[in-house]
Amino acid sequence: MFLWVIKRDLLLAMRRRSDVFTTLFFFVIVVSLFPLSVGPEMNMLRTMAPGVVWVAALLASMLSLGRMFSSDYLDGTLEQMLISPHSLSLLVLGKALAHWLVTGVPLVLMAPILGIQYDLPVEALFVLTISLLLGTPVLSLIGAIGAALTLGLRGGGVLVSLLVLPLYIPVLIFGSGAVEANMAELGYDAHLSLLGAFLLVSLVFAPWATAASLRVSME
Amino acid sequence: MAINWFKYSSPASFYSLSGKMVPIFMWLAVVLLIAGMYVGFFVAPTDFQQGEAYRIIFIHVPAAWMSMFLYLVMAFWAGIGLAFNTRLSSMLATAIAPTGAMFTFLALWTGALWGKPMWGTWWVWDARLTSELILLFLYIGFMSLQAAIDDPRRADKAGAILALVGVVNIPIIYFSVQWWNTLHQGASVSLNQAPAMATTMLTGMLIMVFASWMYSIAVILKRVRVIILERESHTAWVAELRKKEAAR
Repeated sequence: MFLWVIKRDLLLAMRRRSDVFTTLFFFVIVVSLFPLSVGPEMNMLRTMAPGVVWVAALLASMLSLGRMFSSDYLDGTLEQMLISPHSLSLLVLGKALAHWLVTGVPLVLMAPILGIQYDLPVEALFVLTISLLLGTPVLSLIGAIGAALTLGLRGGGVLVSLLVLPLYIPVLIFGSGAVEANMAELGYDAHLSLLGAFLLVSLVFAPWATAASLRVSME
Repeated sequence: MAINWFKYSSPASFYSLSGKMVPIFMWLAVVLLIAGMYVGFFVAPTDFQQGEAYRIIFIHVPAAWMSMFLYLVMAFWAGIGLAFNTRLSSMLATAIAPTGAMFTFLALWTGALWGKPMWGTWWVWDARLTSELILLFLYIGFMSLQAAIDDPRRADKAGAILALVGVVNIPIIYFSVQWWNTLHQGASVSLNQAPAMATTMLTGMLIMVFASWMYSIAVILKRVRVIILERESHTAWVAELRKKEAAR
């Protein structure tokens, strides 16, 4: 059932490929805007790069949160999922993972290329990719809670950012912190370990909270 | 004597009880506020390092404490409301949020006013300041989520889930910000070693803390009464109340 949800959501995303690319290009455009606004000095850009890439990734993955449940909500699939005998948390976990595969993974793959724009050294590019790989699933999992709470509300898109962004802060701190630590030639293991810990904690708790929110929203 | 605690979980009986409690707490708040301000302005000595400017501590510290306590209290009542489906608990949580946000804002504002003469800057990216700011964001998120939902029952439950998720996150956010701050070693100002305070200063501050408690209780009870009337406006006891008010 878990795999079925992932497969189904991926299939739906493939049928509407433009959605995937919109998120990806949003990410690319936001990252490319920064040099234009602060100036092209390479030294400054290099120190800014981790923060800029991470903030852009945060915004990009938030942008697509609204789609996570809304189409299923509108055509009634979500209701069927709620009354199905399978665990709702598991279904939600499947949907969050599908969201990550569709929006998170392209960001992770794109990040090194954008890092080159900012003249990051090779090792820092590697750390940036690893930190995004660990961090973006957390964004999808926490974002699922916000998406479920704002399901079917007026102005849900703006509201979800208000709810979710403060909760993203720890991920942002340690994600960009890992890259900065690497560039300052300090150890970055601690940052990555903490990101991994966030991932494990949110894997356990977020689907549960999301399922509870969905039940509230669908009453 | 067995007290029936559940009696007051009914909005109708709580309404009349809180009506009697509001004036008591309001008067306590006023008396304590005057006493605290008297101690703060006239009794407490001038600080030899900070001069008179330190006196803002008498409002700043109580506000910062209240902002954090009130979030926990709000999440507690929201959680009770979610678990036991008690309407009153959820209404109480809704009533606490604006007061909590007000104190958070007050703490940030007075902190900025204090920071300017002491550190020469309105704002530093210190761990405490940053986490207080994030706390304000959490309050605003809670309030705007509840405001966006028309059905009060759904608003209660959705808000409760958000408040509980926030409570789980508060320690994580706090420690992240603290470690982030020490990693950057940016802020030159350390808030960590509190200077030994004169006893009168401490007394004044504690009186002000109690004044803030009394004020919060009074205002929250007042607000919850309004929420009760609004939500229970279709019930018989509110209709009776209305008749009594009209006859007066």
